[in-house]
Amino acid sequence: MENNQKSSLAEKWGEMTRSASFPRLIITIFFTLICLLAIMQGLPFLPLLSDSLVRFGMNAILVLAMVPAIQCGIGPNFGLPIGILTGLLGTILSFQMGYTGWAGFAMAIVLALPFTIIAGVLYGLMLNRVKGSEMIVSTYTGFSVVSLMSIGWILIPFTDTRMAWPLGRGLRNVISLDDTFGKLLNDALSIKFLRELSTGKIITLFNKTGNYVLNNYSTEQYHTVFSIPTAMLIFVALVCLLVWLFTKSRSGVMLKAAGDNPRFAEASGINVNYYRVVGTAMSTVLGAVGIIVFSQSYGFMQLYQAPLMAAFPAVAAVLIGGATAKRATIIHVIIGAFLFQGLLTIALPVANSILTEGNLSEIIRQVVQNGVILYALTQVGGGN
Amino acid sequence: MAEMVKKTVRDKTGFNVVDFLKKHSVTTIFIIICIAGIIIADQPPFFLVSQILERISRNSFLVLALIIPVVAGMGLNFAIIIGAMAGQIAIIVAANFRIAGPAGLLFVMALSVPLAIVFGILVGRLLNKTRGQEMITSMIVGFFANGLYQFVFLFLAGAVIPIAYTQMLIPGGRGIRNTVDLSGLNKVNDFGLTTDGLKYSMDGLWKMGIINILFICALIATIYAIIVFFNQPITRALKLKEDGFLYNIITPDVVYYSKRKQTVKIVFWLVLLIFAYLVEYRGFGPEELKAIRMIKFPLVTGAVIALVALFNNVITSTKIGQDFRTVGHDQHVAKVSGINVERVRVIAIVISMILAAWGQIILLQNVGVLNTYGSHMQIGMFSVAALLVGGASVTKATNKQALLGVLLFHTLFIVSPTAGKNLFGDPQIGEFFRAFVAYGVISLSLGLYAWKRAMSKTEI
Repeated sequence: MENNQKSSLAEKWGEMTRSASFPRLIITIFFTLICLLAIMQGLPFLPLLSDSLVRFGMNAILVLAMVPAIQCGIGPNFGLPIGILTGLLGTILSFQMGYTGWAGFAMAIVLALPFTIIAGVLYGLMLNRVKGSEMIVSTYTGFSVVSLMSIGWILIPFTDTRMAWPLGRGLRNVISLDDTFGKLLNDALSIKFLRELSTGKIITLFNKTGNYVLNNYSTEQYHTVFSIPTAMLIFVALVCLLVWLFTKSRSGVMLKAAGDNPRFAEASGINVNYYRVVGTAMSTVLGAVGIIVFSQSYGFMQLYQAPLMAAFPAVAAVLIGGATAKRATIIHVIIGAFLFQGLLTIALPVANSILTEGNLSEIIRQVVQNGVILYALTQVGGGN
Repeated sequence: MAEMVKKTVRDKTGFNVVDFLKKHSVTTIFIIICIAGIIIADQPPFFLVSQILERISRNSFLVLALIIPVVAGMGLNFAIIIGAMAGQIAIIVAANFRIAGPAGLLFVMALSVPLAIVFGILVGRLLNKTRGQEMITSMIVGFFANGLYQFVFLFLAGAVIPIAYTQMLIPGGRGIRNTVDLSGLNKVNDFGLTTDGLKYSMDGLWKMGIINILFICALIATIYAIIVFFNQPITRALKLKEDGFLYNIITPDVVYYSKRKQTVKIVFWLVLLIFAYLVEYRGFGPEELKAIRMIKFPLVTGAVIALVALFNNVITSTKIGQDFRTVGHDQHVAKVSGINVERVRVIAIVISMILAAWGQIILLQNVGVLNTYGSHMQIGMFSVAALLVGGASVTKATNKQALLGVLLFHTLFIVSPTAGKNLFGDPQIGEFFRAFVAYGVISLSLGLYAWKRAMSKTEI
């Protein structure tokens, strides 16, 4: 009797560790622990949570790019840098043409689209040739395209000194977006809760215009307790909605069928290769839009080698949300992006207060991110 | 059978240039890029030759560490960076206890073995769980292990792990410094060998001028070629009498040489011999050639590289080597014929890890500075790229391809910044170009392989 119970317990444990939501469970526990630690150490918890929200918005679309890729059957899109590069190209073109504000943001997306779609379709056609090895091939394709574009950033003949080096040639490594659309989505319609330090009163600010109202409140007298980047969250929700609508459409259902069981789909008359290209191109487009949203929130564009490793955190986030290399939904994106980015945001000050030297949170990121991807890989290969 | 007939027909019609180029397209393209790079960079030959030779002696061992997993069907083992970490851990331990010199090198190599075995078993087991996705797994597991490695040496060293040699620690007493100097002060010879440093502890043992080495090699090769030439009648007689059977038993590995080919060989080596003799001992040739005469090659390191190449060859004729091939060819067939597939795959990775650890030690004793958190990171990608440049694929890799690949890949590495500067006025372009080529070669080779595999699957 006792023996029986033990074996059933072991079975349950085995079942649990094998299920797709196991990483989510572990990371949730870890996240809760870190939050508790942060509160126990007396760190300002609400501002940290607010930062987590901002970073969630920044990264969500990049994570969302994994959904069409996984659904159409190419697996997690390790070639995300391809979309990121075309997104950066669009941003630079919009900058060069002198668009600012909302027009700059919109034009960045519009100008990036043709490049992105062409690159995404070519990339999808290539992935159709390498079925079964998409992950490693796309990783190295991404790497080589980043290096090739690095040459492109040097040779591009733009001379605006806000973008290009005043002496020598090529674009800067980091380009400030202050003059165009930096922080645009973060600030628009944003709600900020400030605490007046002398009285302890909470002031609520609602930013209706593009102007930074905060400038009237000096940081010496007021502390930001919580801020909601409303426009960015709305934009993210909108993009998520579009992708959701697509998955519910006829094409979306066929795309998913092609990814779920290619042989069966082919037998029932679905052109699997076509839908794989569609999914890959969509993922690439989301990568381009994602980096534009990311850059505006960060306030800077990062060129050259910066996009090299960009795919891995996005892949890890969607897996943390409960996706596998074969199944992903928008819920996985939202949960995963928030858990992973929240973990990284809150772990940083917690780790720094435990150990002042070194960068412990960076190590946590590496171990969590790659551990989660490894876990997902063992689920794909599995057995024989 | 049909294949054999085809082969003999092709042999009779002779050498087919188009076929050859198709088969070796990556290598051919690379040779062209390298030659163009050398011409554009226009560096002094002395600099070029000495740099290339140094890099060959430094990196060949690591590339050779990749071959056995390929034979065992596990693809390109990007996880050799974990083996390299094992080597670095051993070097840090040795630096801590101030163990140095050639004996210290032996200690480091011995200490790295148990570490590499443990890491190899862990990685091998993981790869058994991720069949079909071994390469991406080995790459990600390298990143993962790098996180743990950083944790150990940035946070535990000095705090939890006692470090006796405090100069190695970051001021404040926690964590190993970014760079650990391996050079020593007590010089033993002119080649840089010291009793208190690991730098040049293998390279410095014995060096010889490269033209002199060429002379000796050519001498041996000439003598060997002449012996084979005069042995031909005997082997031919045996071949005729016993229908090749006895001949095959006596000299199982020696291929049948035609007399004309053998004559060409003798002449080639003889010319090289005379040339080397004139340059080395008679001071023949232009100034640049005389300068190249001064370049010295580390013989012990060269011998160690030759030994590991020999090991890669010899192991294929042993039981475990046959198992590697069987498993690499078809896991199901291997399983049916009673081979423990999982175990064989783990052994392949363990061997690769040990060789990678030694390879990294050989590299670092040449460089002389351990970049604690960076030295191992580029190893995986560069070694894989070098192997592929030499003409290897995911399923087939030989020593020759490895060595040719190292030569070509590192030639490109040396010339590309200067070539980029001469061509576009910016050395950065050359650097990005070589990164592009390294990544591109990997992606192209893996893509072509996957394409072939996908095609053969759909045919079935």
